[in-house]
Amino acid sequence: MNLLNQILQGILLGGFYALLACGLSFLFGVMRIINLAHGSLAVLAAYLLMSLINATNWPPFAGLILVLPVMALIGWALQFAVLNRSLRSGPLIPVLSTFGIAVILDNAMFQQYGANTVSLGPDIGDLAYNSWNLTSTLYIGQLDALIFATAVAALGGLQLCLTYTPIGRTIRATAEDPSVVELVGIDARKVYAMAAVISMIFAGLAGAFLGMRSSFAPYAGGPLLIFAFETVVIGGLGSLWGTLVGGIILGVAQNIGAAINPRGFLIAGHLVFLAILILRTFGGGSIFRALRRLGRPA
Amino acid sequence: MSQMSAYRVERWTRQSAVFCALAACLLAVLALGPWIFTASITDHLTTLFIYVILAVMWNALAGYGGLISIGQQAFFGLGAYALIRLSSAGIPLYLAMLIGALLVGLLALPVGQLMLRLRGGEFAVGMWVLAELTHFLVNLDPMIQGETGTSLVALNAFAPAAARADTYWMGLLIMLALLVTVFMLLRGRVGASIQAIRDDEIAAASVGVNVGAGKRVMFILAALGTAAAGALWVTTSISFQPAAYFNIQWTAYMLFMALVGGLGTFEGPIIGAVLFFLIEAWFGATGVVYLIGLGGIALGFSIFVPRGIWGVVETRLGLRFLPVGYRLLALPGEK
Repeated sequence: MNLLNQILQGILLGGFYALLACGLSFLFGVMRIINLAHGSLAVLAAYLLMSLINATNWPPFAGLILVLPVMALIGWALQFAVLNRSLRSGPLIPVLSTFGIAVILDNAMFQQYGANTVSLGPDIGDLAYNSWNLTSTLYIGQLDALIFATAVAALGGLQLCLTYTPIGRTIRATAEDPSVVELVGIDARKVYAMAAVISMIFAGLAGAFLGMRSSFAPYAGGPLLIFAFETVVIGGLGSLWGTLVGGIILGVAQNIGAAINPRGFLIAGHLVFLAILILRTFGGGSIFRALRRLGRPA
Repeated sequence: MSQMSAYRVERWTRQSAVFCALAACLLAVLALGPWIFTASITDHLTTLFIYVILAVMWNALAGYGGLISIGQQAFFGLGAYALIRLSSAGIPLYLAMLIGALLVGLLALPVGQLMLRLRGGEFAVGMWVLAELTHFLVNLDPMIQGETGTSLVALNAFAPAAARADTYWMGLLIMLALLVTVFMLLRGRVGASIQAIRDDEIAAASVGVNVGAGKRVMFILAALGTAAAGALWVTTSISFQPAAYFNIQWTAYMLFMALVGGLGTFEGPIIGAVLFFLIEAWFGATGVVYLIGLGGIALGFSIFVPRGIWGVVETRLGLRFLPVGYRLLALPGEK
């Protein structure tokens, strides 16, 4: 029964990972860039929210009204100041530049906020610990449920937007072939900026929930990026709903690992990631072919 | 063919011959190191050798293999760990260092087989995951006791001055061996294919270059060399705490040195290592600000000078100190 609860908690954790990963996956799907600063930017959002709450005493969810637009602006600036320029020098240079951003951000946050771990949990009151008990050992935390629902809503919303709206169609077309899109008069750089904005809004949401559901520290960005990346690879790079599946698999694996050994949480997650990689390498199959197609430089 | 005969291919230029002679003189002085330098300078130079190894190895992987890895700290840590394990099993210290590096290189063979399936940014972060996993697995070793770590007990058998000198020579020797290896690789048949991969992977594959083989060679070489650097580092610092060795900062340093010096050039990472060594000596004490500065410089170079210092110098001035390339010269009179 306890194991069942671990699995349930793992599924809920998967919602958080999906929210964290879908921005990373989306940016990769559109621009073919893995943003190594994604995790650090999520942590930045959490710190921004914390500073705002401390300064104004607003409730955290109201603070998001200000923090998410700031993240959107950061995404816009990131695209025009860094990604766009470094993409010109070849597909590998963005890996270097985003890593540089991560190093700057992590250390700047350390400089600004110090080494202490902080949490937004106290600011959301009952929501932090209230839960619905299904049975005596099986429970669903209300915050976890909210995060999971937000992830599903965000993924669904993005999916609908990509499928039915003009801007969604533009983004999909640009992801397919930026040079052809330019032929019909669309500025690919602006579409990329749009993608970066969406990616950063997701990172902002994930960062806010990170702060509410647990504690965080200046150097939390690295581990977050790893979780997001594992989620994306397990679920299939560039696939939106895949991030939800990947997040759930990762969350469940970690929680089962933790039940086996105190240090098993991270090890189990990494092992599942490697197992999927090995499967893809030696098992062949459609996932691998789809990924190969995605990974091929345009 | 008549067109072709109007040219000859030159590999050694007078410039590179002069430079190689100078480099040989410098090496001769360095070889006397512990006899002519103070203890502090000897220690600093050993550190510099390790930085050069790290930069050259990361450049071999990224600059020539086109593989950017954020997880090279895995091999750095494994090299140190292997030395601890092998020396505690009774193998003489400096022999254990070499055996350990070779073992890590051997391990890189299957690891590369798997990881090289990943492309671009996927490979970069995939290697990081691998480094994290390696870190945790090493922590499980009872001898390491989790994050507590252990120390290189075998060093106790040496007098401090002897250990300092031996480690210095070992560092110099390993650095030289790796530099010569990279140089020979680049001059040989593999080198031509690797430089083709660096310039354009798809074009290289289309003219029959075995892209996979070239990348595997660089991956294994980088693993082996980085492991040797890790083993040297644990010999200079004595204590082995896993978190300090399997730390992503090592990759950040490697990236900084190779990128600033010049990715894909032979001389670049060496210049980058010397620069990094100086920056660390001057600003290292400022801690966080220093790290922010490193990140800022790396970001600036990646956006504005992606070819690095040596890449710019080489193209602007036509300088090439080491004859790793080919030069076509028109022969007068045959036209």
